Amino acid sequence: MTYQFNFDPIFRSFDKMLAGLWLGLWLAALSLAIGCVIGLLVAYGRQSRIAPLRWALVTYVEVIRNCPILLLIFFVYFGLPELGIFFLDKIDSFILTLSVYAGAYLSEVFRSGLTSIPVRYVEAAKAIGLRPWQRQRYVVLPVMFRITLPALANNLISLFKDTSLAAAIAIPELTFITRQINANTFRVMESWLTASVLYLVTCYAIAWALRRVERRYAVIR
Amino acid sequence: MFSFEPGTFLFEAWVARNQLLAGLAVTAQLSVITIFAGSVIGVFGGVGLTYGPLPIRFLLRVYVDAVRGIPVLVLILFSYYGLALLGIHISPFTAGVVALGGFCGAHMSETVRGALESIPAGQTEAAKAIGLRFTQRLRYVLLPQAVRRLLPPWVNTGVEMVKGTTLLSIIGVVELLLATQQTIARNYLILQFYFAAGMLYVLVNITISQLGALLERRTAHLRY
Amino acid sequence: MAEPQPLLRAIDVHKKFGDVEVLKGIDIDVQKGEVLAIIGSSGSGKTTFLRCINLLEEFHQGEIQVDGERIGYTAGSHKRLGEAAIAAQRARIGMVFQSFNLFPHMTAEQNVTLGLIKVQGRRKEEAVEIARRWLDRVGLAERRDHYPYQLSGGQQQRVAIARAVSMEPKLVLFDEVTSALDPELVSEVLAVMQDLAKSGMTMLVVSHEMSFVRAVATRVVFMEAGRIAEEGPPAELFARPKSERLAAFLGRFHGLAH
Repeated sequence: MTYQFNFDPIFRSFDKMLAGLWLGLWLAALSLAIGCVIGLLVAYGRQSRIAPLRWALVTYVEVIRNCPILLLIFFVYFGLPELGIFFLDKIDSFILTLSVYAGAYLSEVFRSGLTSIPVRYVEAAKAIGLRPWQRQRYVVLPVMFRITLPALANNLISLFKDTSLAAAIAIPELTFITRQINANTFRVMESWLTASVLYLVTCYAIAWALRRVERRYAVIR
Repeated sequence: MFSFEPGTFLFEAWVARNQLLAGLAVTAQLSVITIFAGSVIGVFGGVGLTYGPLPIRFLLRVYVDAVRGIPVLVLILFSYYGLALLGIHISPFTAGVVALGGFCGAHMSETVRGALESIPAGQTEAAKAIGLRFTQRLRYVLLPQAVRRLLPPWVNTGVEMVKGTTLLSIIGVVELLLATQQTIARNYLILQFYFAAGMLYVLVNITISQLGALLERRTAHLRY
Repeated sequence: MAEPQPLLRAIDVHKKFGDVEVLKGIDIDVQKGEVLAIIGSSGSGKTTFLRCINLLEEFHQGEIQVDGERIGYTAGSHKRLGEAAIAAQRARIGMVFQSFNLFPHMTAEQNVTLGLIKVQGRRKEEAVEIARRWLDRVGLAERRDHYPYQLSGGQQQRVAIARAVSMEPKLVLFDEVTSALDPELVSEVLAVMQDLAKSGMTMLVVSHEMSFVRAVATRVVFMEAGRIAEEGPPAELFARPKSERLAAFLGRFHGLAH
């Protein structure tokens, strides 16, 4: 049995696939942004002197990191309306889930970033008379951002790959679109090959772009 | 106060117990098979990536980098729809194992490569100097040293694989998540059952991590 | 004869790390314009004393005054002041570290302007002008847009000095500022310090560079096991050490310091 490749049906829907890819990128970028805010707050919160707060945050991080993301997506999408939270549409609900998910991972990234900043930089900041929040704002956070940049890049890439799961709640991103094309055209190999290549190229493009950013900011040797 | 009447979580969970346990068993099966397959692929892949001749290294590199740049769900759907084309009657379970095993194998290959490359070159030289052949060097000198460095990422990948098996619910493998959804479809206790299933995954995964940490302490004497 | 009020006055300063007392009662007055060198073997407490003045270390007993103002603690109950008050006091005391501690994500100029803008509240243009003047004075006018990793150790240390003195502190603390430098880079940093000393800046210098101490210091303090063991003008102290300890300490530098 030989398989006859025919990409024509794929090319006819190619703009839909690109739109799906673009949507996935947006979902990932937004979730990363919100996740960074959550992650920072959690990382600082875990340095708090209030023990119950620390325990709550550890629980959040451990539960989220050990729970399948697909289950979280369903829980938020189907479960929250049960709690009377109706205002989320599919996309909002997915962004919420992915952000909370990213926040748990990013909090660990930031936590190790914070502890890896040499004390001497903080001492120099003290010596010129900066106040505690100024020390965080002008010295600790910028240095930590540079230290954690490679990890942030990896997180963005895996978040982007995770956006494929939005297909499970019928959000029209690339995987969902590809499945539709597959079903409508029966061009199985062509549709999934195209989707795979699109994902691959995008992932490596993100990695490449962020490595350039890293090099631009890599001022710490 | 626990009430045990139709419509309460405890009652419905009891009614669905066999279905849920069967789902959990499928999840466990899938996890064990993919982690095992992935580890075997990983050892060969990692050794090939590190010491293989150029064409093999190249092919492995393409495999590893391609798989790591494609979402697992796409791999699963590709394998599910693609393998069916081959005319073989392939079950979602098998298609899922192929995709997850290949995914796990790619990640493990990269991990094994990293561990092997972190072993000082002097070790290989010393092993050569006493006359060990390549397979002997691997078997007696290099792999034992790589094992300890491998342990933490291996446990991590294991947890990721347990979580990853849920994606097979999308192609109809009745593992724990799909079993939960089928239960929910009957009793509409959405929050309770998703929550319970989620906690079960958390429990399983934290147990795996803890066992991994224990194993790490047990092998602490292997630090070279 | 009425002594003028000293710029720095330390009264019976005690400091413990756990159970170990590293400062066992330091008393010293430093007048405006003095260059006080603190010498002594490692572990004698000289760096710790310097860090106490800038409140990077807490001390448990005694008091330190700068220009008559009590530093770091409330009078009477020895309670540590709030962070804002301590930050304000630190802004009036410059410090240069052994390991430079330049902010790695900022250019030389940004390192200098940070405190001028954020602590002293100066406008950016004004801060940049001050920074350029000081970078020029330490011989790094062309390097102002370089990041720390693009500078040699000696250059980094000169930027760090510019960062400290540009804020016009009442006194500047130098903590073994040449110890981390390659030998051939030491002199460029010492030259900058000598220039500052000549301009009348009040300086406390912890150093192992005996020839520099001899040439530049107006007074030398020899610390030994958490106490001030001897003090006096450098010529006198170096020529006629009173104690065995100081003689032995100085003996180690013979042949090293030309």
